[in-house]
Amino acid sequence: MKLSVWTYEGPPHVGAMRIATAMKGLHYVLHAPQGDTYADLLFTMIERRNHRPPVSYTTFQARDLGADTAGLFKTACRDAVARFDPQAIIVGASCTAELIQDDPGGMSETMGFSIPVIPLELPSYQRKENYGCDETFYRLCRALARPQDRTPRITCNILGGTALGFRHRDDIREITGLLADMGIEVNVSAPLDATPADLARLPAAHFNVLLYPETAETAARWLEREHGQPFTKTIPIGVGATRDFVAEVQKITGLGTRPDETHLRMPWWSASVDSTYLTGKRVFLFGDGTHVMAMARVARDEMGFEVVGMGCYNREQARALRKCAEGYGVEALITDDYLEVEEAIERLAPEMILGTQMERHIGKRLGIPCAVISAPVHVQDFPARYSPVMGFEGANVLFDTLVHPLVMGLEEHLLAMFREDFEFHDDAGASHHGHKAKARTEESARPPERADEQPAAESSFDIVWLPAAEKELKKIPFFVRGKARRNTETFAARKGVREISVDTLYEAKAHYAR
Amino acid sequence: MTAPGLPSGGGCRTAPVIKERGQREVFCGLTGIVWLHRKMQDAFFLVVGSRTCAHLLQAAAGVMIFAEPRFGTAILEEGDLAGMADAHEELDREVAKLLSRRPDIRQLFLVGSCPSEVIKIDLSKAAERLSQRFAPRVRVLNYSGSGIETTFTEGEDACLASMVPVLPRTEARELLVVGALPDVVEDQMVGLLEAMGIGPIRLLPARRIDDETAVGPNTVFALAQPFLGETHAALLRRGARHLAAPFPFGEEGTTAWLAAIAREFGVDAETFERVTAAPRARARKAVAAAARTLSGKTVFFLPDSQLEIPLARFLARECGMTPVEVASPYIHDAIHGPDLDLLPAGPRIAEGQDVDLQLDRVRADRPDLTVCGLGLANPLEAEGLSTKWAIELVFTPVHFYEQAGDLAALFARPLRRKALLKLEAAE
Repeated sequence: MKLSVWTYEGPPHVGAMRIATAMKGLHYVLHAPQGDTYADLLFTMIERRNHRPPVSYTTFQARDLGADTAGLFKTACRDAVARFDPQAIIVGASCTAELIQDDPGGMSETMGFSIPVIPLELPSYQRKENYGCDETFYRLCRALARPQDRTPRITCNILGGTALGFRHRDDIREITGLLADMGIEVNVSAPLDATPADLARLPAAHFNVLLYPETAETAARWLEREHGQPFTKTIPIGVGATRDFVAEVQKITGLGTRPDETHLRMPWWSASVDSTYLTGKRVFLFGDGTHVMAMARVARDEMGFEVVGMGCYNREQARALRKCAEGYGVEALITDDYLEVEEAIERLAPEMILGTQMERHIGKRLGIPCAVISAPVHVQDFPARYSPVMGFEGANVLFDTLVHPLVMGLEEHLLAMFREDFEFHDDAGASHHGHKAKARTEESARPPERADEQPAAESSFDIVWLPAAEKELKKIPFFVRGKARRNTETFAARKGVREISVDTLYEAKAHYAR
Repeated sequence: MTAPGLPSGGGCRTAPVIKERGQREVFCGLTGIVWLHRKMQDAFFLVVGSRTCAHLLQAAAGVMIFAEPRFGTAILEEGDLAGMADAHEELDREVAKLLSRRPDIRQLFLVGSCPSEVIKIDLSKAAERLSQRFAPRVRVLNYSGSGIETTFTEGEDACLASMVPVLPRTEARELLVVGALPDVVEDQMVGLLEAMGIGPIRLLPARRIDDETAVGPNTVFALAQPFLGETHAALLRRGARHLAAPFPFGEEGTTAWLAAIAREFGVDAETFERVTAAPRARARKAVAAAARTLSGKTVFFLPDSQLEIPLARFLARECGMTPVEVASPYIHDAIHGPDLDLLPAGPRIAEGQDVDLQLDRVRADRPDLTVCGLGLANPLEAEGLSTKWAIELVFTPVHFYEQAGDLAALFARPLRRKALLKLEAAE
């Protein structure tokens, strides 16, 4: 047993739902107790889908146990096929049904359906949501893809887009456009918006573009092995990676056309003087392995940040991420326990976090700006506007996404800094040009006690600030004073210093300087 | 202090009930934790379950999950399934770790889930053992919030029912009000009852373990929520007596609920009138504003929380709506009877669900407003039907006089919005 409040990933059957919901003409019959239908609302609310996920649940209850849960399953299968008329069905068990051992696969195969029935084995107590996606898509490809001739023109498949995928909708559109620029048509994009009949056509493509290894790598490897289709290894997130991706595609296809970069603004935006203050911003990255590895490159090579830590929650990517982290001189954090992530962030004290919904909240708690770069995400990260993270428009989107929280941070500091200014105090009214502005009275002009100026005794039990050091600390602008105090105390504690002098203060400053 | 008039065409108490079994689009009882833990400030809810259970709580709790919530899931791993013996050791270890990290916790609920029920981890024995180990500081109780046994709000019922046997005994003639209400609503209720001279008033659940809630043969209890069947039975077993009444939704429901208690405690009509006249008038006025939108419209309730029957009664009698189908996960005559008496005859009454068949009826009826869960709301909106998602009715303060207008407004808002939005291209 492991105590958990937040989970980065759902159970594997939710992954299978993501595949079923992504596709059309496929139905999922899930042997599951009453209540497991909660997962429907992830799709109808977070992703705002306008239809129910194509999932039938047996919703067995206690009184059904020991009686005929197997019968319930067969009825659900029969009803689903009759009502929804799918091209194929997938069948499986959720975590509870796994324990009662009804064997959905075996049962459904004996029911004599005229459509393909694909059984899923998803070990709920060992694996998680991403595994569920990957395994389901692989099983579908295995069952449905048929050997056939290549298309006369050079075409590819785009693999990995799912329901509830972070920006999958727009990434696929962006990469489809990029490939079209290069003279390459998309044969099938799957699972997102594909039908079982489309999956049968997968082997007609000349190669595969694997956009999300988390959800489609097993299928891509199987297609390579079984149908001789090479697949791309570069994830086109960021300018450099997109150009590498283009080169990789050129090498696979032998085509020389380059995609249009007319609308790529990110490199100039990042080079412009306004961006100089981004230099060396210390960032911490966390999310799924693919997005973290790709974004680390964007952060360092394209934004000029310093990567101070990186990690992922999906252990399937652990090895690749560890290797990648070495290149940045940091140690990879592989965990699905958000408390460990929080601890790492606190320890590293980055100036910015690139993470998931959870890191956004950790950032809020610690007062660190954060941008969301990976699932799990909330409803606001399924935007109405076009917002890919891949390709050249994706790079534009990323620049804005990464800069906005920082600009906002600077804005907040400036506003706080001028809050005590005689022109900008709270009573001054909306405009200091207006005749309504009132001068500050002596009483209100006195700077208020700030929370971060509480006596040191509160934050550390045995460290004492000498009066001279305390005085020196006051000279530091108040908006960084709290951080200076914290850093100095951490430094002193590490060095075993009990009394903080002016020297300790500046030694600490030098220590944390970069 | 007169009872509300029964509808002229008869009520629904004896109406035939459509009993359906099939796919049910409902939450399990674990969801109750999301609001219960906020009410019981010194309690922690530890679910023993799977990753699915943790994922459900996360989906249901939304942003609340980040506010150091007092609930969590001990996720079963493969090793726990293999040998039963060390499941208990594992649980003890996790609980010890939890209680050392959270010394403010005084009550710990071990909440059973589908997986823990199916593999038959004996959580009641675990609760007993852990109670002894952590007494007197922490009381450990156990109940099931599993989907196989409980539907949505029944999780609260199971939780409160687990507390009843361990409540101290009293011989005093006291009123016990049962059901978790938002603090603001609870305060209003206590204020009204005390103004009539009724007291002391005991609450279940109390906000803290040390708040005195006791029960005995002279206790009379009123239910503030309609989903408390098990708790009702557990209180009867301890000798307490139930005051049957319609539930306090709307002006009429609140008045009838208060009147049932006032009669029991011998409050004279004059006092009752003095205390309730002003808030009744306020409630009627507030409801009238929303009723302008609702009057003459049809409403269809899918089963969710057991609040459906009293809410349909409120919408029919006070807002002029016409219910076409009122479905509830469970119907309990002793509890839902008074509201069924007042609900004008006409709607189909349904218990249980076969969601696809029920959606066929929704599509055939094309009601003006469909009350349903979040898994169905957007898909039905996309079919051109207006919906009101039901979960909000459990989280939002909706009971008693001052909230009557807000309650009506919750149903009116989707209809007003539909009238306001002009998104179609001009022809």
